[in-house]
Amino acid sequence: MKSLRYAGVLGAGLAGVIALAAPMPVAAKDTVSLGIVAFLSGPAAGPYGVPGRNGAEMVIDAINKGTLPAPYGTKGFAGATVAAEYIDESGGNTKQVSEYRNLVQKRGVDAIIGYVSSGSCAAVAPVAEELQTLTVMSVCGTPRIFEEAPREYVFRTMSHATADNIAAAHYVKEMMPDVKSYTGINQNYAWGQDSWRDFSLAMTGLMPDAKVSDKPQFPKIFAGQYGSEISALSLDDAELVHSSFWGGDFEAFILQATPRGFFSQKKVVLTVGGVSAYRLGKRLPDGVAIGSRGPYGILVRDRDTPLNTWFIKTYRDTYGEYPSGAAYQYAQAILATKIAYDKAAEAAGSFPNEKQVREALTGLEFESFAAPVKMALGNGHQAVTEHMYGIVQWDEAAGELGLRDVKVYPAECVMPPADTTSVEWIEAGMPGAKC
Amino acid sequence: MDLALTILVEGLGYASYLFIVSLGLTIIFGVLKILNVAHGAFYAWGAYACAFLIGEFSTMGVSDLGTMVAIPIAALAVGLVLGSAIERTIIRNLYGRDEVIIVLATFGLFLVLEDVILLVFGVDPYFAFQPTLAIPGVQIGGIYQDGYKLTMIALSLAIGLVSWFVLNRTHWGKLVSAIIFDSDLAVAMGVNVRRVFYVVFVVGAVLGALGGAYIAPTISVSPGFGVEVIVLSFAVVVIGGMGSIGGAAIGALLVGLLRAYAVLQWPEIELFVVYAVMAAVLIFRPEGLFAPAKARKI
Repeated sequence: MKSLRYAGVLGAGLAGVIALAAPMPVAAKDTVSLGIVAFLSGPAAGPYGVPGRNGAEMVIDAINKGTLPAPYGTKGFAGATVAAEYIDESGGNTKQVSEYRNLVQKRGVDAIIGYVSSGSCAAVAPVAEELQTLTVMSVCGTPRIFEEAPREYVFRTMSHATADNIAAAHYVKEMMPDVKSYTGINQNYAWGQDSWRDFSLAMTGLMPDAKVSDKPQFPKIFAGQYGSEISALSLDDAELVHSSFWGGDFEAFILQATPRGFFSQKKVVLTVGGVSAYRLGKRLPDGVAIGSRGPYGILVRDRDTPLNTWFIKTYRDTYGEYPSGAAYQYAQAILATKIAYDKAAEAAGSFPNEKQVREALTGLEFESFAAPVKMALGNGHQAVTEHMYGIVQWDEAAGELGLRDVKVYPAECVMPPADTTSVEWIEAGMPGAKC
Repeated sequence: MDLALTILVEGLGYASYLFIVSLGLTIIFGVLKILNVAHGAFYAWGAYACAFLIGEFSTMGVSDLGTMVAIPIAALAVGLVLGSAIERTIIRNLYGRDEVIIVLATFGLFLVLEDVILLVFGVDPYFAFQPTLAIPGVQIGGIYQDGYKLTMIALSLAIGLVSWFVLNRTHWGKLVSAIIFDSDLAVAMGVNVRRVFYVVFVVGAVLGALGGAYIAPTISVSPGFGVEVIVLSFAVVVIGGMGSIGGAAIGALLVGLLRAYAVLQWPEIELFVVYAVMAAVLIFRPEGLFAPAKARKI
């Protein structure tokens, strides 16, 4: 019994058959099988995983029917039907590596698309290279994926987290120029620490007179209780609070801080607040600045282009709600893969092999649902897009959340150039930035 | 002064919910000698049931304050139904078994109950914020504190007092104390130990569910959030002494106050401080600060 006292710490896919000079869209392969990884359980499922899966599912359905708007109205991936298998991202990095190996080595999928967590992406990237499998990362933010090692098989179809925080600093400078001091509350792991580092470095360059707090908060991820942190931030003299909180942590922070009048006391910039905007609705306080990891979700709700209009209408018709950022981001990764297959097939004059698809995706530039995407960094494997921020304002007449003072920052303003890392670029004063 | 007051209020707030959950864990261990890892699932089920009921009551037009009735309903429903079912079907087969088997069985039960939550409530988090809007806040230590948290402190104090009274001033309390002291001797004296085990397990389950139900309005109730609380609760009962109600109170207070101090004054050590205290207690007093006295058998 004594030992008990210490117990508290206790596809099958096949190789592509190459058709001989078959013209598009005739497919020499009937099916392209995809493993799609998203949080289907746990605190990130509601804000990220489920809308991400929905966005992927909706676009795959349209691709198979050939009903995507022009210029993407051809059926399938180079004519082949897309079959998707959805995998839960919950359970930690070790589990994700096992799931990845299972998808490739046992299920034989042709490509893997997805991942929300930076931890998952960092864990599977070297495995993707080892198993030589096309992997398209849809959401995860860490810039380290392509800054620490060159990748042949890994791609990411949205900007990395540096853009969130540089854009946030630009937005603060533009919309809150009187801010004299700032602090932050970010989760205590790579995402939160990198976000705070990039934001504070960017603020040092853009608003050198603003003083940074010596007590930024780094609570444990999924802690759920932030009363003490809210008190610490309230007692801090800093006027502005930066946060990259996401998922259930973000929502708990809003619910706990609102009754304490926190958002009327402090200026607040929430780099991924847009992701939970529709879920929180009126409970997201007026006056806070939010981003959505790029031109996605509520930030582009009023963008009137055929692709965006189709995306919003189809998503609402299918799922009964507006598409949030994750829905756009997963859909964008699927779209990029389709374009690469189609482009590679057109160039090859036949159904493309895996290498031809990767070559087509490398450096690809395409018009996505809400904005243009350029695979410009990481030797053409890392996308850049414009970035957006806006200020929350409840629209009483419409009975829905709206935004005011929405600003758009070009990719060349918020993402580093190809020949440097994010930290080096920010520390050097972001030379060559075109804002 | 403002800082000290803030640390006190935040520490008490954090300690209060930890105490309610840890109390259930420690009385189950003290009486049944079951280290119930599934206790985190009672917490999660209590939170889900409460959030669901608050949503339903709110839709029916019940006032924000009135929705608070969902808290005791959820705690009692989960504790009585789930607690009874689990004690009658699984836990009673574990009495007297090896500790490793008990931990593995309750851990397995925890995983099953967490997955059943996904089946019943889905993966979308629930919001049940209405009660937090109903209770006005107050200015303490130069900052605004929400009133709901203050009611949680009052509730845990009341539960602590009632527990003390029941254990020390009632017939049932004496039976429980006798079983904690020596269950073999209690059987020999004619105490219906199985019946006491059942009641204590259900009471423990109600307390676990009550902790979750009370915290639900302040969080995004989402799958998997019972894990964090079970780890913290174990730290609390290890510090206080497993099976000790006073120990659970002191352990929760220590954890709450030290964490609040760390967050407000030394944020870098916030993750470390709770487990540092637990490690120190295990080194110098492995049985915990207030472990109940044990009968020595010859």
